[in-house]
Amino acid sequence: MEISRHWRLKQQRYALVGEVCPHCDVKIFPPRDVCPVCGGEAKTTFAFSGKGEVFSYTTIYEAPTGYDQTVPYTIALVKLDEGPMITAQLTDLGEQPVEIGMPVEMVTRKLRNDGDERGVIVYGYKFRPAWKMPSQA
Amino acid sequence: MTTSQSSHTLLKPNRPVGITGYGAYVPRYRIPAREIARVWAGGKGGLPIKEKAVPGLDEDVITMSIEAARNAMARAQIDPQELRAVWVGSESHPYAVKPTSTVVAEAIGAVPHIQAGDWEFACKAGTEAIVAAIGFVGSGMAEYALAIGMDTAQGKPGDALEYTAAAGGAAFVLGPAENGLATINATYSYVTDTPDFWRREYQKYPEHGVRFTGEPAYFQHILSSSRTLMEELGVSAKDYRWAVFHQPNAKFPQRAAQMLGFTPEQTAPGLLSPVIGNTYSGASIIGLTAILDIAEPGDRILLASFGSGAGSDAMDITVTEKIDARRDLAVKTQEYIARRTEIDYATYARYRGKITMK
Ligand SMILES: [Zn+2]
Repeated sequence: MEISRHWRLKQQRYALVGEVCPHCDVKIFPPRDVCPVCGGEAKTTFAFSGKGEVFSYTTIYEAPTGYDQTVPYTIALVKLDEGPMITAQLTDLGEQPVEIGMPVEMVTRKLRNDGDERGVIVYGYKFRPAWKMPSQA
Repeated sequence: MTTSQSSHTLLKPNRPVGITGYGAYVPRYRIPAREIARVWAGGKGGLPIKEKAVPGLDEDVITMSIEAARNAMARAQIDPQELRAVWVGSESHPYAVKPTSTVVAEAIGAVPHIQAGDWEFACKAGTEAIVAAIGFVGSGMAEYALAIGMDTAQGKPGDALEYTAAAGGAAFVLGPAENGLATINATYSYVTDTPDFWRREYQKYPEHGVRFTGEPAYFQHILSSSRTLMEELGVSAKDYRWAVFHQPNAKFPQRAAQMLGFTPEQTAPGLLSPVIGNTYSGASIIGLTAILDIAEPGDRILLASFGSGAGSDAMDITVTEKIDARRDLAVKTQEYIARRTEIDYATYARYRGKITMK
């Protein structure tokens, strides 16, 4: 059981909340309270836009325990618009092929059950192909 | 004790309340009704709808509510900390015990100074939450409140309900009318104890009293709520530009509309059940989002939900000039409907947990 860990990570997992360095404005994800660029203290929370692009990806057919009910699925390295690179599942692909550089956006989805179907449901970020909004054409 | 019935028939807050923001969600997968008929009816018989929306393996009422809520907040253009309530109406909450609403509130950044709770009233849990939010804002206790109706409904394999039981819904930020993209002029609810549809605890699929579903349940409640609301307001069908009703299939809402004097043109934009199915708590209100996506300032809208058990909430709504600046701030309902991947019955059975793994 990892309930306390899931609880502690909920903001960053549900809504991609990280940090911004008050000294050099670098955006930090996951939050680590220290700026990876200037080494200064960085505890100011920052909500990422959730927009990014696929930097690299692979498809998983033999999943680790807890993820086996959703195979096959695609894991990607996503480069967020604000800079950081994060690893996440892609979702809602339909028949759409994944491509390097594909614009994606964050959605909050079920990641897995903690243990079996009696455990808490773990929710967190995944990425899907970005919508083209008429207002952003 | 004698009271004047008309003095408290309509629900009207002292402080006028409006819709500050709205947002829809429809998952991307669709199973055509003919595919269900292929498996269970030898491909024969009439079909109640064309196709229904099916959630992906990683979706449930919590994740779908989060997306609809983000759309509503994007249109409302308010700080999530200004919300004083996050209420989710559904009959398919992921947990038996543990609120949907707390996860949604956390994900949109609305915690911790809020009321949160899950509402249940079959298919009218969403409008029940909206009426409560109107009261909460209208009393002045809250500046803004978020009310959601969302479902991932299941029908017993092969049952008539399996053709229509679908996934989707909508979220609404209720706030002071002066910041509303629409004003809620009044609501009226009509409720009786009627055994038309139910699901007992620990049962996966619902039961329905076949002879009860039409006349004594759906039509009696929707026609009563709509007629009383219109009579008390002194208006009739021709005073509205649009109307939307709970839509368990394609036929019922069209017949109810006709009986109330509405034309097919008035109901067309909000009639989504033929292409997404019956989204239960989401059904009438996601129709409202599709109407708001195309409505013009001054348009008057009648909405009537229906929930088995049974009741109907009717609402009289007028669109304001603020609609034009806000509707493009989030994905539109028809854009969700157009994003469509067709699946077969086997994939559907897997996605909906109908395949036993152990
Ligand atoms: Zn720095």
